[in-house]
Amino acid sequence: MTVTAEEVNEAGPEKILAPVLSANWDTPESWTLDGYRAGGGYRALGKALAMSPDDVIAYVKDSGLRGRGGAGFPTGMKWQFIPQGDGKPHYLVVNADESEPGTCKDIPLLFANPHSLIEGIVIACHAIRSHHAFIYLRGEVVPVLRRLQSAVAEAYAAGYLGKGALGAGGDLEITVHAGAGAYICGEETALLDSLEGRRGQPRLRPPFPAIAGLYACPTVVNNVESIASVPAIIDRGKEWFRSMGSEKSPGFTLYSLSGHVARPGQYEAPLGITLRELLDLSGGMRPGHRLKFWTPGGSSTPLLTDEHLDVPLDYEGVGAVGSMLGTKALQCFDETTCVVRAVTRWTEFYAHESCGKCTPCREGTYWLVQLMRDIEAGKGLLSDLDKLNDIADNINGKSFCALGDGAASPIFSSLKYFRAEYEQHITGRGCPFDPTKSTAWADDDTSAHLEVNA
Amino acid sequence: MTDVNLGMPRLPAPAFPADVHERLAADAAQVIARYPDSRSALLPLLHLMQSEEGYVTRTGMQFCADQLGLTTAEVTAVATFYSMYRRKPSGDYQVGVCTNTLCAVLGGDAIFAALQEHLGVGNGETTGDGKVTLEHIECNAACDFAPVVMVNWEFFDNQTIESAKRLVDELRAGSEVTPTRGAPLCDFKRTARVLAGFPDERPGAVAAGGSAGPASLAGLRLAHGDAGAGTVVPPRSGERPAAASPEPAEPGQPPARHPSSHDAPQPSSDSDPRHPAGPVTEEDE
Repeated sequence: MTVTAEEVNEAGPEKILAPVLSANWDTPESWTLDGYRAGGGYRALGKALAMSPDDVIAYVKDSGLRGRGGAGFPTGMKWQFIPQGDGKPHYLVVNADESEPGTCKDIPLLFANPHSLIEGIVIACHAIRSHHAFIYLRGEVVPVLRRLQSAVAEAYAAGYLGKGALGAGGDLEITVHAGAGAYICGEETALLDSLEGRRGQPRLRPPFPAIAGLYACPTVVNNVESIASVPAIIDRGKEWFRSMGSEKSPGFTLYSLSGHVARPGQYEAPLGITLRELLDLSGGMRPGHRLKFWTPGGSSTPLLTDEHLDVPLDYEGVGAVGSMLGTKALQCFDETTCVVRAVTRWTEFYAHESCGKCTPCREGTYWLVQLMRDIEAGKGLLSDLDKLNDIADNINGKSFCALGDGAASPIFSSLKYFRAEYEQHITGRGCPFDPTKSTAWADDDTSAHLEVNA
Repeated sequence: MTDVNLGMPRLPAPAFPADVHERLAADAAQVIARYPDSRSALLPLLHLMQSEEGYVTRTGMQFCADQLGLTTAEVTAVATFYSMYRRKPSGDYQVGVCTNTLCAVLGGDAIFAALQEHLGVGNGETTGDGKVTLEHIECNAACDFAPVVMVNWEFFDNQTIESAKRLVDELRAGSEVTPTRGAPLCDFKRTARVLAGFPDERPGAVAAGGSAGPASLAGLRLAHGDAGAGTVVPPRSGERPAAASPEPAEPGQPPARHPSSHDAPQPSSDSDPRHPAGPVTEEDE
C-alpha cells in the first residue's frame, strides 16, 4: 500500500483512520456497561454463543486476526491448538502486562473500554471451552485496575459472567489479577509462573501453553487488544475485517505515536499505514525538528530511521526491513536525541528486568550496560563497538526467552545505522549532544519557531 | 566493613496481634477463593501485607506462608523478585519518575534530578517526614503523555520540573492531590488494598478521570475531522548532527574505565547465519 502525502491530504484523516476499539472513548462513561451497550456492545456475544465453539474458532481464524501483543501469531490458530475432550480444565489468560518500553495501547483501552475485553473473553472462552479466565494486569496502573474490577462486577450482575453465562451448564468466572512489577511477566510462560504465585521466569518449551499452561492445563494466552478485537469481528463480519489491511495482515489496530511528535497519542487505523502517513495527518514532528530514529513496536524491535518512513506498518512490511511490527509503539526521536544515550537507557532496562534464569541474558545484559555507560561517558574504546556486537550476538537467539533478543535489538540496529555517532563519543571523549534540547519543554521559550520544516 | 543487606528476614517473625490476624485471615480467604490453586494468591496476599504495614515485613511473609502452606523461603523468593514490593519502611506516597528512554529524553531525567535535589533524597529514599519515597521507574505505558510521574501508581501526565516539584510539595503538605487520569490520591496502604483485589469503595473513584486522556483521543478526534493536519518533515539527507566536540579530559591518554573492564567477555566467534535465532521462535511464538 503506497499512498503519497498528497493523497493523504486529499483523503483526509477520516478516510485513513479506522476507530473501532477507540470509537467510543470520547463518549461519557464509555467504561460502564451502559456506555458500552449504547454503542452496540455485547451484541456480538449473542451471535457467538449461537454458533458452535468450533465454528467460532474457524470464524476468527478465517478473519485473519493476528496477535497484537507483538509476535503476530494467528489468534484463531492459537485457539485451535487447545485439545478438546481431554477432560482437563481449559484456561484463558489475558496478557495485560503491557510493559514494553514505548507501548501504551492496552492501558488506555482498558481505562476507556474495558467491556470490549470482557465481551471478547466470553466469546473466546465459549470457543476454547474454558470456564475460568484470568486478566493479568500489570500492577502499576491502579486507575485501570479500578475500572476492570468494576466492569467485571457489572458483567457478573448483568449475567454475562457467572452461572450459565455460556448457556445451560456453561459457567464462566473471570479473575482480575494485579501483577507486582516485572517486565518479564509479559512473556507468556513467565506470566503463567507469576500467576501461579512464583517468580516470573519463563518456562522451557515445549510443552507449549496450549498443552500444558496454567496449572499444567491447556491454556490460551492472548494480548488484550487481540481479544478485544474479537467482538467487532463477530459483530461486523470477517469480510469487513478483511477489507482493511492486507491479505496477510488484515484488520485494524492501535498505533501509539510518542516522542518528539506534534501530537502524540493513539491512532487506530488499518494495518499497513506508514509512519509518514501517520505523521502527516497528525501534524508531523514537533515544529522545527526532523525525525532521526524510531521504533516500530517498542524498544525490542530494531530501530529504524527516516529512510523507513514509507514502510507499511504491518507484519510483513516491517519484517522486510529487518525489524518487527511488535506492539506498534512508534517512539519517534528527533535530531536532538543522542542514540547512544537512548540505547544505553534501554540496555539498562533490559539488564534490570532480566529475570536471571539464563546465563546469556543475565551476564550479557550486565556487560552491555558496562560498555554502553563507558561509551556514553566518553570512556570507551573503538574496539568496544565490536565487543558490543559480539556480546549482543551471544545473547540474541541463545537466551531462554525473547527478552534477550529484545536486549540485542537496539544494540545491533543502532550500530548498523549510527556507528559514526558511537565513534564520535569515543574519539571526542564524550557525548556531543545537549540533553536539554530534547526535552518536551526545550522549545517553549524560543521565539515562535512555528514553521513546519518541510 | 560494609553492611550488606541481603533482604533476608530474621527469624522467628513476630505474629500479628490476634485481632489483626483474624481480619487479615478473612481477607486472605476471599483472595484464595478466586483461584483454583491457592498459591496463585501469593502476589495479591503480598499486596495485602503492604496494605497493612506499608511494606513486606517478615511478619507479613510468615503470614502468607502460613495461609498458603508455603515455606518462608518460597515466599521470600517471590517477594524479592517483584519491584512493587517494598522491603523497608517507606513513605505514604511512592513517587516514581519514569526514566526509561522516551520519558528520560523528554525530561524525565531532568525531573528526577530536580526532585532528588528538591527533596534531598536519593533513589529509593524517603523524606524525613515519612511522606514521600522517591524512585525512578521503568516504562509505565503512558508514553503518549511523556514525561510521566506516577504517585502510588496513579498517572501524572505531561510533567515538567516545576509541576513535579509542586506535586511533591502538595503531597508533603497533606493537600488533596488529583492525578491527571484517575481518582484523588489515597495513601500507599489503601492503594495496596486495591491491588490485593479489594475494590476502592470511595464514591466516584471509578469514574474519576473521565473516559480517556487527551492523547488517547488524538486519533479519534482526527477521524471525526476535529483537527487540522500538519506536514511531515522529510529527511534532510546526508546531514549529521553537529558534534560539539568537547575537549578530551586528558588528551592523548587512554580513557578511564570502570574497575572491572579487564573481566569483560573475550571475543567469540559469530553465530551461524543459518540459525540466527534459537529455539525461542518456534511454533507458538
